[in-house]
Amino acid sequence: MRIGVFICHCGENIGRTVDCPSVASACANFSGVVHAEDYKYMCSDPGQNLIKQAIKEKNLDAVVVGSCSPHMHEKTFRKACSDAGINPFLVEMANLREHCSWIHDDVPSATRKAIDLVRMLVEKVKFNEPLIPIRVPVTKRALVIGGGISGIQASLDIANAGYEVVLVEKEPSIGGHMSQLSETFPTLDCSQCILTPRMVEVYQHPRIKLVSYSEVENVEGFIGNFSVTIRKKARSVKDELCTGCGLCVQKCPIKKVALSDFDEGLATRPAMYVPFPQAVPNIPVIDRSVCTYFKTGKCQLCKKVCGREAIDFEQQDQLIKEDVGAIIVATGYKLYTIDKKPDESMIKGYGEYGYGKFKDVVDGLQFERIASASGPTSGEMLRPSDKTTPKKIVFIQCVGSRDESKGFSYCSKICCMYTAKHAMLYKHKVHDGEAYVFYMDIRAGGKNYDEFVRRAIEEDGVKYIRGRVSKIYEENGKLIVKGEDTLAGVRVEIDADMVVLATAMIAQNDSVKLAQTLSVSYDKYGFFNESHPKLKPVETSTGGIFLAGACNAPRDIPDSVSMASAAAAKALVLFGSDVLEREPVVAKVNEATCAGCFYCQKVCAYNAIEQKEIKDRQGNVIKVVAYVNSGLCQGCGTCNATCPSKSVELLGFKDDQIFAQINSFAEVF
Amino acid sequence: MKFGYYPGCSLSGTAKEFDLSLKEVLKYLDTDLLEINDWCCCGASSAHSASHLLSVALPARNLILAKEQGMKEIVAPCAACFNRLKVAQHELQNDEHIRINTEELLDTKYSDGINVLNLISLFQQIGLEKIKSNAKVDFSKLNVACYYGCLLVRPHDILKFDDPENPTTMEEVVKATGAKPVDWNFKVECCGAAHSIAHTEIVENLSMKILDDAINYKANVIVVACPMCHSNLDMRQKNIIKHNPGRNKIPILYLSQLIGLSLGLDHKKLGLDLHFIDTAPLIASLSENEVAV
Repeated sequence: MRIGVFICHCGENIGRTVDCPSVASACANFSGVVHAEDYKYMCSDPGQNLIKQAIKEKNLDAVVVGSCSPHMHEKTFRKACSDAGINPFLVEMANLREHCSWIHDDVPSATRKAIDLVRMLVEKVKFNEPLIPIRVPVTKRALVIGGGISGIQASLDIANAGYEVVLVEKEPSIGGHMSQLSETFPTLDCSQCILTPRMVEVYQHPRIKLVSYSEVENVEGFIGNFSVTIRKKARSVKDELCTGCGLCVQKCPIKKVALSDFDEGLATRPAMYVPFPQAVPNIPVIDRSVCTYFKTGKCQLCKKVCGREAIDFEQQDQLIKEDVGAIIVATGYKLYTIDKKPDESMIKGYGEYGYGKFKDVVDGLQFERIASASGPTSGEMLRPSDKTTPKKIVFIQCVGSRDESKGFSYCSKICCMYTAKHAMLYKHKVHDGEAYVFYMDIRAGGKNYDEFVRRAIEEDGVKYIRGRVSKIYEENGKLIVKGEDTLAGVRVEIDADMVVLATAMIAQNDSVKLAQTLSVSYDKYGFFNESHPKLKPVETSTGGIFLAGACNAPRDIPDSVSMASAAAAKALVLFGSDVLEREPVVAKVNEATCAGCFYCQKVCAYNAIEQKEIKDRQGNVIKVVAYVNSGLCQGCGTCNATCPSKSVELLGFKDDQIFAQINSFAEVF
Repeated sequence: MKFGYYPGCSLSGTAKEFDLSLKEVLKYLDTDLLEINDWCCCGASSAHSASHLLSVALPARNLILAKEQGMKEIVAPCAACFNRLKVAQHELQNDEHIRINTEELLDTKYSDGINVLNLISLFQQIGLEKIKSNAKVDFSKLNVACYYGCLLVRPHDILKFDDPENPTTMEEVVKATGAKPVDWNFKVECCGAAHSIAHTEIVENLSMKILDDAINYKANVIVVACPMCHSNLDMRQKNIIKHNPGRNKIPILYLSQLIGLSLGLDHKKLGLDLHFIDTAPLIASLSENEVAV
């Protein structure tokens, strides 16, 4: 083998602590190395040309570059060598920067270490094999999970670009939390007015298949080739027949039987219901847990009045299959509830705020419903307990958020803004009312955001108090809010009529289960993880699955919409080519030695290991062995480490390559 | 049943009736208390502001004595003692520096293994069923405000006892006697505690709010498990009323006294005559309802 070694100074980064010319001359003496040189910036155009030139002149068939981290420039150097005719997988990088120069200061010893690092890679590259990128076909169709504003935006973007979308929503209607909001910051435009046209657009779009009241049950396959099973929950209404006339809902005698989720428990709904008048699709659902027919076998009034005979009491959950090439997860968030006593789960509750026993202590979404024209009070500012107008209202920020003792150390990001909005909406409707806001810091970063908060304070006269509230209790019909003004250094007691808590945004209940179904990583709070916090914010650890909106972290509407469009763009990039190329650094099974124990299958986090039957010429199965689906395999090497008979190896990191590396280092001692 | 007993200073002084009533009740419930021989002050209310080492070493000495005397569980009825013993255990377990200094100071080795009980957890161990089945007096018209104060439930991470913001274990014990606990606001509010002597006006002000809220929620009696809380609510009550006229009196009982009353024990033996706020009217209203056994 004819190996070339190229040592980069990285300007001063490596050159300051590693004597690069000495490293190059030492490496020239290694067996197999026929060329070694150093250069100030190997990644630059002239640097790359040096490599290409040496490959041609010295007829090199493998290259080791001693420079920065492979994360930074492996692709660069592999591409350069590939251009000069060397298989890119015969190029290795020794990390002389992060692993050497940046962490040491003694020049002689750092130089010695650099020589060791390069020698190890020279020994490894001798065992490298040329690898060919894996090519897989692409199904140009996307699945979007979640029909909130993020899912709606992503679906519309992909569909408008000319590709089909399957949009799955677990609730009876799309719209998500945004459909519950009154006005939106920082412009105070009506949330429903800007959202509902988009919901209708989704419904009418020829390339969007809306599957509401459904949940993703299972996902198989890999980037470009996912097969998804969706559970369509029984609505008890045939959606192909229903016209949404609403007669059944009107006639349902079991009125006010359940608390409305849409109104956050502040209003009731019948057993047969549409979550809200602008619901899309406008098809009702029977809540079987409270319906008289399902409880006693009598009634059927809805069936009698339905002219279209769309009511189907016998309807069962249905499993449907969809093939897609990309998946966008947009499952959103939920709010921390304060009415929970401490238990093993993350929600510790707020005993000091009464664990939800005070009716006039509400959370942010409940206040949205009270302020909303479509809400239970038709937008009139009335408190839940006695439907009177609160003359003094207290808003408390960071309830649950930024408080490790309550389980959530992160900032929920949107509360500073929506609390300012709430206080403003209150002042606009109750001119003689007093509004107080308890805050820790005001975090109003964003276009026109800080101006909005200033407006609440300066124009609308909302009183901001920096400090926490230690206790809320009831006395003579008033809610006594005991807190601290940390700027003035005094204790504060406010006898309020109503209190609004900006509770933390937390992950959906079943987010961890969905993450596991999708093989996507998640953080300790149950939010889905992005692949890289800066450079890959919408990608996940699994190829072909992207994130949009608050399922990744607390996020407001503009950010969610931007992220959704970014996720859609990523899916469209995927759909831009007919076949996909993937790095061939995947596991491979030696079928001759595999004993079929399938330990590898148990440990594989990506469900990439399948069972394969080996047959003789007559077609009889002689044994079953493991088989790696190279489309799914992420090259983590867990199977390799687990296999008791050393029958799985990771291409590019085979045992003999790694041992050669280790042995060459051990020889020095 | 047998428990080690750490009475602490208060129970041999200002809170004598706490000690009397507890012993009376436990005797009735066939439970023995074995006092730690040669126990010393736990340092509560002063040591931890004077010397951190002393605030750990004093309770540590008592814990070591208890262990040497073969005890596994000790009862510290005073909330401050309970708190100091638990905090010392926590620090000795988690801070090697403190442990080494303490051992050096006491000239002996420390090892874990003592379970420290407060008044409520003691009754939980004995069994609420036992209290319920032995109750002789009809308490059904008695409204009780359970007052925990600060030291019984805080800091939660160390004591790991009940919910620090809305505790309910004392209510369970009170329910076993047949009385009705009221759902009030100030069960964990501070009474002013150690400011009793130096800043009486603060204590009066804070304690007044507690008394007012209990009366507001129709309580006939406030039940406590802490000598400091008791002295502030009971001893200071007359002055509170004097300085803030128009208020009603409310008797303050130790939880052990309430249980003793429900068991039909002798009022004098329970130390009910040792309070500043007369308990006689309360007792009189109860005795009419005594049920035949």
